[in-house]
Amino acid sequence: MPKVKEICILSGKGGTGKTSLAAALATLCDHVVVADCDVDAANLHLVLNPDNYLTEIFISGQKAVICNNKCTQCGLCLEYCRFKAIERCPDPVIAEGRVSIVETSCDGCWLCSRICPENAIEMVPQDKSKWFVGNFRKGKMVHARLAPGEENSGKLVSKVREQARKTAESSGADTIIIDGPPGTGCAAIASLTGADTVVVVTEPTGSGLHDLKRILELAGRFHIKIYVVVNKSDLNPDMTEQIHHYCKKEKIPVIGNLPFDTEMVRAMVQCQTVTEWAPGSAISGIIKKIHRFLITDHTR
Amino acid sequence: MSVTTKSSVMKIAIASGKGGTGKTFISTNLFAIAVRENRNVVLTDCDAEEPNVTEFFHGRVIDRKTITQNVAQIDQEKCVYCGICRDWCSYNAIICLQEKKHICLIEDLCHDCGACLAACQYGAISEKEKTIGEVITFSIAENALITEARAHIGVYSPVPVIKAALTLTADADIMLMDAPPGISCPFIATVVPADFVVLVTEPTPFGLNDLKLSVQTLEQLSKPFGVVINRAGLGDDRMYEWLDEKKIPLLMKIPYDKKIAQIYSESRLLVNEDLSYGQAFARLLINIERSCQK
Repeated sequence: MPKVKEICILSGKGGTGKTSLAAALATLCDHVVVADCDVDAANLHLVLNPDNYLTEIFISGQKAVICNNKCTQCGLCLEYCRFKAIERCPDPVIAEGRVSIVETSCDGCWLCSRICPENAIEMVPQDKSKWFVGNFRKGKMVHARLAPGEENSGKLVSKVREQARKTAESSGADTIIIDGPPGTGCAAIASLTGADTVVVVTEPTGSGLHDLKRILELAGRFHIKIYVVVNKSDLNPDMTEQIHHYCKKEKIPVIGNLPFDTEMVRAMVQCQTVTEWAPGSAISGIIKKIHRFLITDHTR
Repeated sequence: MSVTTKSSVMKIAIASGKGGTGKTFISTNLFAIAVRENRNVVLTDCDAEEPNVTEFFHGRVIDRKTITQNVAQIDQEKCVYCGICRDWCSYNAIICLQEKKHICLIEDLCHDCGACLAACQYGAISEKEKTIGEVITFSIAENALITEARAHIGVYSPVPVIKAALTLTADADIMLMDAPPGISCPFIATVVPADFVVLVTEPTPFGLNDLKLSVQTLEQLSKPFGVVINRAGLGDDRMYEWLDEKKIPLLMKIPYDKKIAQIYSESRLLVNEDLSYGQAFARLLINIERSCQK
């Protein structure tokens, strides 16, 4: 069986049009698995509207909880915690303050729980994040929801990627399209690892170019084919020119310039992709070309 | 919750769940207005994975701090390969093969928690510093500074860099914080110290979906907040209906205008190009200050 091809859409900067492009590319395929790896602010499901047949809980980590009836207020945990996640809070009975956990600062390292002489600190699993697998009109979709304020988005991304591969194998799909997160941190790395191709979507703004350079530096560390798409390219033709110039210097092919088109937003409001909503538009024509290029691209 | 003494600095975070809605656009223009009014102001760029604020201002670098975290190191001479440090590490950063007498530490996975150090009975673990980013301070005008948190590319968590930038800049009357996108730890690290959060969104289905997540997070943290709608006119009315229903204050509405997008794309400031927007941003600043004092 040929290896499944994994195409990752990334951008560095947020809001450049990653999800809209990923959605359009997905609906141009006939038999595809889509992985939404922007687990922090997932949006692809709004357009692809999957019918989830599998929902699983994701344990994103643990948080410390103090059993007040066991705690002797010795304060040893305070000395050990490096995340400033334990403090003494004003208390009507305890003069020096009650030893308490600051939940938003707790990193889940377990150290306090291990060193507590009274065994008064319990680690409670964080189980509010979930991942899903569903059917959508052109294949299957794996997506997730990270609970607010939780860590380990990289680990959840890896989970989504792993499920996407399993789903592709079991359903016989030959392509996985990955909608990545913004940034250059652990979630972006987890989205890139093991992919065959990365498409970086940028926009002709100062910030777009700055962030493009950072994401290309990150992608360059992986053995992966890199392409660039300039979205809203007519917004600032000079800047688009600068981006092309930069990519040429770095020997990275620009495989499409998309114009700014309000049809893109109108399609989103209708829960459709732009190639479904306005198939005859100029922007749809360019996206179809990008799709054909990526699918038939066998160069290594 | 702990009771902290409220300092006189007014801390305002500018945030959004979705990326690219205009956080930096709002924070840079607000900052420019505060500078114009000769306020004692600091703008802290907390989007450490993709810092962009400094593209909009010319300033002189007055301070540069390297940010480090500790990572454990194992002394093979002293190690007896008991594996307790591996069992205590919650981040799978230590690989220990007892029978082969092999131990190694993956620095990228180390969170600087100190558990292995506490676990080892043989004094085989010590710590060294690892650079994860820098905090750069720029002088923009007499009373105005920009502090930029810049994480090295591929660093596991930018949070220590963000926290370092936020503690450096407590010396001002107004502190504006340009937050990273999303709702996970980097966002939390930025909004926790804030007195008020400005959520920037766009009236599209993606914008609304992400706004709901941000609101849910801020409600859990009991943070006061208001909303700025950028690119009004694009999308549909569901955003406005939801804000109405939830009684969330709408602080400002900026229409979609190709001219504004062009000005931003050239790293220029709208308040310097358009008098009426200068006034609108001055009103927004007053509006936010009033909300902070409530």
